[in-house]
Amino acid sequence: MNHYDTIIIGAGHNGLICAAYLARSGQRVLVLEASDTLGGMAAPREFHPGFKTSVAHSVSQFSAKITRDLDLEAHGFKLGKTLTTVGLNDAGEHVVLQDGAVSGVGPDDASAYADYRQMMQRFAGVLNPVWLQTMPRIGNNNLSEILTFASIGLRLRLLGKDHMREFLRVAALPARDLMDENFDSELLKAVLGWDGLIGSRMAPRSPNGAVLVMLYRMSGALSGDHAIPNGGVGGLITSLHSSAVEAGVEVRTGSRVGRILIQADESGLAATGVELADGEQIMADRVVSAADPKTTFFDLVGVQNLEIEFTNRIRRLRCDGYVAKLHLALDGLPAFDGLERPDGRMIIAPDMDSIEFAFDDAKYGESAGQPVMEIVIPSLQDASLAPNGQHVLSAHVMYVPYRLKGGWTDEAREALCERAIDTIARYAPGIRKQILHRELLTPLDLERTCNVTGGHWHHTEFAMDQMLMMRPTYDAAQYSTPIPGLYLCGAGSHPGGGLMGGPGHNAAHEILK
Amino acid sequence: MTNTEDRWAGERLMESHFHPRQAALNLRDAWSSWNGYKFANYYYDAEYEYFCIRNSCGTYDICPMQKYEITGPDAEAMLNRMVTRNIANLKENRVTYVCWCTDEGRMIDDGTIFKLGPEKFMLTCGSPCLAWLRKSAFGFGDVTITDMSDETAALSFQGPASCEVLKKLGLEGIETAKPFDIMHFPFQGGSGKELMVSRTGFTGDLGYELWIAPELALDLWDALYDAGDDYGIHPYGEVATNMARLEAGFIMPDMEFSEALKTIHFQHDQTPFELNLGWLVDFKKPHFNGRRALLQDRDKGPAYKLTKLDIEGNKVAEGAYLYSNRRCTQEIGYITSAMWSPVVKANIALAMIKPEYLEGDIWAEIYYQKELRQYSKVAKCTVKNKPFWRPARARATPPPGL
Repeated sequence: MNHYDTIIIGAGHNGLICAAYLARSGQRVLVLEASDTLGGMAAPREFHPGFKTSVAHSVSQFSAKITRDLDLEAHGFKLGKTLTTVGLNDAGEHVVLQDGAVSGVGPDDASAYADYRQMMQRFAGVLNPVWLQTMPRIGNNNLSEILTFASIGLRLRLLGKDHMREFLRVAALPARDLMDENFDSELLKAVLGWDGLIGSRMAPRSPNGAVLVMLYRMSGALSGDHAIPNGGVGGLITSLHSSAVEAGVEVRTGSRVGRILIQADESGLAATGVELADGEQIMADRVVSAADPKTTFFDLVGVQNLEIEFTNRIRRLRCDGYVAKLHLALDGLPAFDGLERPDGRMIIAPDMDSIEFAFDDAKYGESAGQPVMEIVIPSLQDASLAPNGQHVLSAHVMYVPYRLKGGWTDEAREALCERAIDTIARYAPGIRKQILHRELLTPLDLERTCNVTGGHWHHTEFAMDQMLMMRPTYDAAQYSTPIPGLYLCGAGSHPGGGLMGGPGHNAAHEILK
Repeated sequence: MTNTEDRWAGERLMESHFHPRQAALNLRDAWSSWNGYKFANYYYDAEYEYFCIRNSCGTYDICPMQKYEITGPDAEAMLNRMVTRNIANLKENRVTYVCWCTDEGRMIDDGTIFKLGPEKFMLTCGSPCLAWLRKSAFGFGDVTITDMSDETAALSFQGPASCEVLKKLGLEGIETAKPFDIMHFPFQGGSGKELMVSRTGFTGDLGYELWIAPELALDLWDALYDAGDDYGIHPYGEVATNMARLEAGFIMPDMEFSEALKTIHFQHDQTPFELNLGWLVDFKKPHFNGRRALLQDRDKGPAYKLTKLDIEGNKVAEGAYLYSNRRCTQEIGYITSAMWSPVVKANIALAMIKPEYLEGDIWAEIYYQKELRQYSKVAKCTVKNKPFWRPARARATPPPGL
């Protein structure tokens, strides 16, 4: 029978999560994935014979509720031990965050860090229920939507007057100001600000949502710490896939959707299925897109089926990625000066200005002259990711514009790769000799390989004006869209991207209402 | 100072392609402006000009009206998604009246679409619309939008004698043009330049609109005024137009409706249903901008309904409030345009009225002045369902001879 209750476009983690929930409630669900592997940006990939990694290289905020609901541990999902976060210093005087404490800074900073951490956890706790909930519409609210507003307000109020005032004050603060208020050590500031900036088009001095991003990333069970699952980040995808399949989900890879079928008659428009790139048509009661909003609406639906102002709100979404991915296949474990074992999450950003300057280059269309980056060696956590005794180095390199002045030529990519390796070599001097193979993926490469507009981690910028009931835009912020039968469940929907699972979870909840 | 440069050059009103002739005839220097063009309020006497429209013929400068050429394989799809009416069946060399709305179903503007070729359309409207057209075209593969407003000379030529005059001008077969038809004629012996004539207008009377390249504008004017000399041809301005269109029951922006993209308060604009333009909204068309909202508006019923009123007495009800009782305690609406109609010989008005009161009594509280003294009266209003003025000649093909 060629008719499903639900077709889901895209087998990233959100698509799989949404599928699993729907199938568990009894729906017949088909997931269609364009590429040959599952997981989107979390898909495990062999980039050199025997060396595996995925674009996302750690997990920090995956929802504990989803883990429980979908029984992911029974399907093999297990997070490794929490990674320490290390701010690398070229004299070997690193700043290390571990078990809620900081070392490598003066006593004032160390005690300020304890207070800071407590404050941020308190605020993250206030926001926590927001992420796994459909945001209310603005205007014409029904009772449950009004209650959602009320519960957010109440939680804020329960913080008490002082903390509530402080929350409202810092929520939209630039990362730079929050750090300057709290700390002296430039390296510590850079390391703590990092999680509010990575993946976005924001630098320390950019006003908007850096603090909210930090709080969003603290939403999971790890309170913002990072860990690598068994089998690497791909292990999460494997368990999601297994859980979904057990629930009855059918998953087809190598099945690119060419367009969403829209039935048009006197009763209006309705999504009734999809047509694959090879012309095959598959019908369903509803279509749920985990693809980004621009791909979904412009490429798969077509503007002729949308309204004009809605179209232009999708058009103006900021979807350009600013993070490149560096993969090194190494013939041994690299030695970082002053570090016993490079098994943490290592950040190369000597101070906040270095992040700011790297962004300055990118915002005018150059890739950063002195890139800043986050490095992990996932093969230290899971030996299956590299041949015995050899290792994988994975780095998020910022800021690298999707639209490079002059375009992304091989030379431009190679030059950036060289600069990134030079940067790492300042902290791990012997690393060049250990490189067996290297690969640098620009945002443009990520767009092509992961089928995400702009190669943006979050499908669209995670910023105040594109968050909550404005994500991706009103009229599509409650997972339903202006077209009956068409839903969204990807990172472009509330709460957003990162390996969190909120959009997939919330979309399924809306569909099952 | 030797600098003779006009420091206000950029601020001055532009002159229309017909300006040299119109300026000579504007005996009262009664200029206002429209879309940046110097534009006559009236030329000599507004009432006289009005009677030209109704009894002989007159010209009205529509150079300032906005004209957009929309071409390409996707032009029809792009326009059809933008306007509420279905233009898929519009034939070549035909014109149709349309309106377009925001996503919320509030009316942005009305205008006409001319189908000039399989992939070539002209959209005309009262206010600049380029930004909205560009937004509407985003995502359509092959559509080109060109603002032709300044590069087209256009003259409205209206009145019972208009067809005769055009025949005299040498436009062979013009009498066969049905309302909303477009015809093309070689101009001045077919030097490659053509005159386009559409049987359209804004007066509710027999009339045409003439479209030509700007360099031929004055030649056209001279030829037309030669041909019309025996028929009392005369230019008319904004005041006469406003009288004629009100008798015909046509709506005017900033009087009957506020363009939705320009209102600040979200309820100060209108839906087509409020403006009695429901017939322009084709729900058989599966999708067009504002469809979802308009469906709701239709089912819920509009808050106000544009209504034609015949008001007792002869005091013009301009700006009057309307009540359901003579004591004026229950307010039910307001007048948008009002006049004494010379041709109908009635005190007429357009009004926005809450639909639930349309069946009952309607009273207008009219304030008027007599030699600087203010008076008021309460006058009974009668709802009219047909246009106040709708002569058979406006629709007859061929039009009746004189």
